[in-house]
Amino acid sequence: MIRLSIQARQALGKLTLPVLVAATFGLMLLGKADALLAEHARMALADALVPIYAALAGPLGAARDTVAGATGLWDVSAENGRLRAENEQLRRWQSIALALDAENQRLKANLHWIPDPAPYYVTARVVADAGGIYARAVLLSVGPNHGIRKGEIALDERGLVGRVTEVGARTARVLLITDMNSRIPVVLENSHGHAILIGTDGPRPRLVYWAEGSMPQEGERVVTGTEASAFPANLPVGTVHFSTAKVPEVAPAALLDRLEVVRIFDYGLTDMAAPEAPGRLPERRGR
Amino acid sequence: MARADQTPGIRPRATLGRRLDRAARYAFPAGCTVLLMLLAEAPLGIADQAAMLPVVTLACVYFWSLFRPGAMPPPVVFLVGLLFDLLGYLPLGVGALTLLTVHGLAVRWREVLIRQGFVSAWLAFAGFAVGSTALGWALTAVLVFRLLPVGPALFQALLTAALYPALAIPLIRAHRTVADPERA
Repeated sequence: MIRLSIQARQALGKLTLPVLVAATFGLMLLGKADALLAEHARMALADALVPIYAALAGPLGAARDTVAGATGLWDVSAENGRLRAENEQLRRWQSIALALDAENQRLKANLHWIPDPAPYYVTARVVADAGGIYARAVLLSVGPNHGIRKGEIALDERGLVGRVTEVGARTARVLLITDMNSRIPVVLENSHGHAILIGTDGPRPRLVYWAEGSMPQEGERVVTGTEASAFPANLPVGTVHFSTAKVPEVAPAALLDRLEVVRIFDYGLTDMAAPEAPGRLPERRGR
Repeated sequence: MARADQTPGIRPRATLGRRLDRAARYAFPAGCTVLLMLLAEAPLGIADQAAMLPVVTLACVYFWSLFRPGAMPPPVVFLVGLLFDLLGYLPLGVGALTLLTVHGLAVRWREVLIRQGFVSAWLAFAGFAVGSTALGWALTAVLVFRLLPVGPALFQALLTAALYPALAIPLIRAHRTVADPERA
């Protein structure tokens, strides 16, 4: 070790902080100049951490379930009554749905309808929140040879969750539909009017750019549209609710704040994914 | 060894075990900061869990800069900040700069802040929480070139200030027991 005089050591000690502050500015410039660097570093870190989080998820989930079960004992009879009523209602809906499905199949058979291809999908566990303060995203634990690509579509058992934005060796990051950067072409189910759903970082994304004469209505279902061929048609997104300021918002069908397992669908529609190399424009962006 | 030479007196022979013990006590502040940061990202299932990472990071860096700056030097703060940027999905450098600013100011004012007692340290921390969140908000907004919503940042600052005692009280205990190099 080099022997330094006390004065030299003190002077060096005083210099460390300014030098490191300058280094952070350099880091910011580097992060701006090469956006993929930060992304790769993040996914490498996530790849290292995800096995630990995935191992923790089991016991933590069990502990949560135990607590929920214990608190659920208090209002078990009220809950039971509510579930009975809901079950009755769902049974009526089921009979209607089965009848409609049979009719639909018959009509399609008569019309020689070309069926939609069944998409390929994988199921993955949500292991961590990957949003930070100003973003809404989740991190999925996927196997080592997962074959998931950017731009694939994530759904939970109820509806649209978001799209895959970053893919690591064992992980994938899904940007939720509530994120500020999320823009989704949607169709209002009653009027068949098109609109765009934009995330606000709040729990309910907003509807904008609907066509004149097809104003969104309270309680109307919203499904995905096929503009820009980023999404297939008719995936359930949510229902329209007007905020207190009379702004049409969509309450997502998916349980975005309690995601545990999501399915990643490959519809072969990855045209709109971010370009792999910075500076290279995707071929079909201009459409 | 230079640090040991500075304090006169008779002390036991520096065996391997004793040296390891000493090193562990020096590494405790940085180690517990990183561990708490990783724990804050674990799937605990708390609502708004993304807000926990800045809380633990800022509280730990502030606390150790105040009470044990020797074990939380600027290079360690820089590395913690880098980890904060990567785990918290902030633009690279934002977390590092805010934490270095907090560290620098806390070290500069530590003589005053330590003498004043716990409540003053907490109030000062509330100021640090508001200032660093505002700095982080402004830097992120400039770097992503977009006006960010103020609500989450405000919530973040309030939560950070409010949760400080919950973290500081165990850390004070640790500071006096397991993290004290004099007890090695």
